[in-house]
Amino acid sequence: MRAYDRKENGDWTAPADEWFVPFMSAGVGGLFRRLDERARAPVHITVDGAPVTALAGDTLLVALLTAGANLRESEFGDGKRAGFCLMGACQDCWVSTESGERLRACSTEIAEGMSILTTHRPWLAPAS
Amino acid sequence: MIVGAGPAGARAAERLVEAGLRPVVVDEARQSGGQIYRRQPRQFRRPPARLYGFEAKKATALHRMFDALVPRIDYRPETLAWNIYEGAIHLQRGTQSEALRFDALIIGSGATDRIMPLPGWTLPGVYSLGGAQIALKAQACAIGARPVFLGTGPLLYLVAYQYAGAGAPPAAVLDISPFSRRLAALPSLSARPSMLAKGLYYSAWLAAHRIPMLSSITPLSIEGEGRVKGVRFRDARGNERKIAGDAVGLGYGLRSETQLADLARADFAFDSLSRQFLPVTDEDGRSSVPGIYLAGDGARIAGADAAELAGRLAACAVLADLGRSVPAAETATLRRRLARLARFRAGLERAFPWPAHLAASLPDETLVCRCEAITAGEIRRAASALGAPEVNRAKALVRAGMGRCQGRYCGLAGAEVLAAARGVPLGEVGRLRGQAPVKPLPVAIESVAS
Repeated sequence: MRAYDRKENGDWTAPADEWFVPFMSAGVGGLFRRLDERARAPVHITVDGAPVTALAGDTLLVALLTAGANLRESEFGDGKRAGFCLMGACQDCWVSTESGERLRACSTEIAEGMSILTTHRPWLAPAS
Repeated sequence: MIVGAGPAGARAAERLVEAGLRPVVVDEARQSGGQIYRRQPRQFRRPPARLYGFEAKKATALHRMFDALVPRIDYRPETLAWNIYEGAIHLQRGTQSEALRFDALIIGSGATDRIMPLPGWTLPGVYSLGGAQIALKAQACAIGARPVFLGTGPLLYLVAYQYAGAGAPPAAVLDISPFSRRLAALPSLSARPSMLAKGLYYSAWLAAHRIPMLSSITPLSIEGEGRVKGVRFRDARGNERKIAGDAVGLGYGLRSETQLADLARADFAFDSLSRQFLPVTDEDGRSSVPGIYLAGDGARIAGADAAELAGRLAACAVLADLGRSVPAAETATLRRRLARLARFRAGLERAFPWPAHLAASLPDETLVCRCEAITAGEIRRAASALGAPEVNRAKALVRAGMGRCQGRYCGLAGAEVLAAARGVPLGEVGRLRGQAPVKPLPVAIESVAS
């Protein structure tokens, strides 16, 4: 692992064929990092059926992105999305609950027992 | 009637209460303060100095003032103003919608980040600079362990500084604007020595802490599969380089939220300094429509201090138009102070210009409209093969700007792409018309009589 510093010739970027990874932890696990305020009460929700523990006062977006790396699939097949503006303007972070309610993750405070779906939506499946 | 409880709306409400009125104040957020002075949820314990830095005193003063005002106004938090039609404003809270008639309406709708897309900007881990700041301020989270901050404007350096201080040191700060532009803008920026000093302090601090900062860069793409891996760009000398990071904060200044003014049928005009259409107002905030007033960044980007003054000034205009007496000295002072802030603002636009030139060189496959996944190439096809002379026609033909965000994030860049493809000045391709509802409403919504 390369030291994180400006090199003698003033070039601090990686050689073109190599991505320099400054921290071993970067790029794995949840997208967001908690930096402070970890002493809040735990709140339990499920995400795609799996249990996730978040903290009281988290937005749904933070609860989902400290545990995972995305919120939803783009409807147009261009990949996963994870929100963008965090202020209720871009509408990129809408997720569904198991009961079919739609929630804007950045402006929804989490509540105990929420069941969120980021992938499949069973009510959209064709009737068998 | 006031929309918004940020610096503009809060100060407007305060002035109306001083005159003995009881305004309705509608705000989308759970707590007052707007985006700039957004409060953390009640379970959080960090002191104001940690949240707002040098601005802690101003933030606290605004919060205290508004909290004291609440018993004397009709305050409606978590409420969306989604339409204005025939003298009534339509409000939604939860699953209820209500139309309220008003004598006068002050719109303090604020701003969002202004975005120039680039390949990869829809990857998980890419956030607007404002969004990156909200994660930190309101949720004590970083958007990644090692974010790259990319774009231009004072917020670029402020957010990088805040991240470094909070324990998520940026991998790099990449500014598209040349350093020489900042030097050339110094005379105008010196209109507000303390603001200039803060800006210089943030970049000096970043330099002292060996955070790489580059100017005059050309962004090429954000790379990664499923999440951000790094940023590719060209440096000032034209060499292609890349920097690894697990998140990107992206932004090129701010844009006004003008949909409500548009729905109120206010006149707009092209503003060549900021390269966007803005509602026309007089110096006190009166729009072209009687009874509709605009204040703060929602009318024209000028920052929080200007928004506080403009909110108060718009309230004075309302009172004067309702036939109440307003001391002439008060409006004169407010106008004079606002004019000084406007000079500083013009300096910022020159120091950190919107990169209109990047629109022409965006690869065809770049997603411009993230809601509908519309590429630059499709907008160019609308411009040439389909002959769309302006942005609403392009929207009808290829759906650019037709998504849930209503063009908030792609509208200005999409207009640049269209204008460049047609070889006409930006002002000729027009602006996306506002549509109700300005944000998505629940499908099942109950109408209540007021």
